[in-house]
Amino acid sequence: MDIKAYIESGILELYVAGQLSETENQEIYDLLQQHPELLQEVIEIEQAVVKLTAAASPKANGFSSIKERLSTNDTKVVELTPKKTNWISYTGWAASIILAAGLFWTLNQKTELEQQIQTAEIENQYLETQIEDARADLAATKNLLNVIRDKNIIAVPLGGQGDFASSFAKVYWNKADNTIYLDAEGLPNAPKGKVWQVWSLTLNPLTPTSLGTIEDFNTDENKIFSIANANKSEAFGITLEPEGGSTSPTMEQLYTLGVVAAAP
Amino acid sequence: MELETLVIQFQDKNHAAFEKLYGMYSKSIHGVVYNIVKDTAIADELMQDVFIKAWHKSDTYSPKKGRFFTWILNIARNAAIDKTRSKAFKQSKQNLNTDYFVDIIASHDNLDDSTDAIGIKKFVTELGEKCKAVIELLYFKGFTQKEASEELQMPIGTIKTRNRNCIQQLRDMVL
Repeated sequence: MDIKAYIESGILELYVAGQLSETENQEIYDLLQQHPELLQEVIEIEQAVVKLTAAASPKANGFSSIKERLSTNDTKVVELTPKKTNWISYTGWAASIILAAGLFWTLNQKTELEQQIQTAEIENQYLETQIEDARADLAATKNLLNVIRDKNIIAVPLGGQGDFASSFAKVYWNKADNTIYLDAEGLPNAPKGKVWQVWSLTLNPLTPTSLGTIEDFNTDENKIFSIANANKSEAFGITLEPEGGSTSPTMEQLYTLGVVAAAP
Repeated sequence: MELETLVIQFQDKNHAAFEKLYGMYSKSIHGVVYNIVKDTAIADELMQDVFIKAWHKSDTYSPKKGRFFTWILNIARNAAIDKTRSKAFKQSKQNLNTDYFVDIIASHDNLDDSTDAIGIKKFVTELGEKCKAVIELLYFKGFTQKEASEELQMPIGTIKTRNRNCIQQLRDMVL
């Protein structure tokens, strides 16, 4: 191989400029290993080019300017951009999850509160009913009290008779409006098939007049019954009679009896 | 031989070897990118990026593919040309001055007084127009022979021999 002609061809200058193909580069590399004079030529060409290109630089920074960047991965610009994007998308996702959770929570709260309101309304109605009942009770009691306090009232205690000594009752007789109020709390409940019957009596001669039966005795709460009485009663009695009442009292079943005190 | 060892150490991520290579070539790389971007700050940044890139992809270099200087020169030209194609660069540099490397060298007042510098200044002032153009395109701009022959309207063979003569003249003056 004619080394001189090879050098003169100008291919080594192109080699240093980086203008050859990969195959040509490989060939020259092999030749350089075999021919030191070729290598020397390449080195000189390179040196000249290095000096020429260096002369085109107004200045060049020292190595320290890049030293600290050797261990980091790449330029800062590449790192910062995806970081920014990630933040935005992470924040977005977080916000939407929080929003969804918040909405769900609010919805739950709403349902719960609605249920509470409904319960409260029911309770309210129940309490109103109770208040109404209590008022009605109070009114009834006041009415009763008024009746008993009335100056026209005559109180007649009825004592237990014979086998029924533990029984008692009381009659409040308002002669002005011909009404008696019977307080029968001292009587037991009427057994099945029987009913209490109230009698007005005159003593001379002994004549009983039925004032009627007390049908609702067992269910009545305060055991006070108002009964019309236009008779000139001298005594009152209560007997236990078969259902429907009797025309004359069954004397064996006379539970209580009381005489009206003579008018002063 | 010494260069080969340095390059191998550099590929083993040896900072000292890299510093030596940097000392040998950074000014040239700066000169090449400066000649393309015509901006000192941008050239500084690019030159640093080029060496950092070389450091991180050092394993892609093989002496069989060419000279180490040629490899890094190639990275530098590509980086500089990419830069001139970026939108930001185009906006800031609408009227790139068309100075060739010769104009840059000739206008340097601050060239150090080394014999190299004096030799190179002498070289560029005495260099023929055709020589300046060929060296500009082949070494600074990275044109292929074919591209250079089209640009200068010269046969490819002529490019090759003319380049040989021009570099020969340079060697005579600076080596």
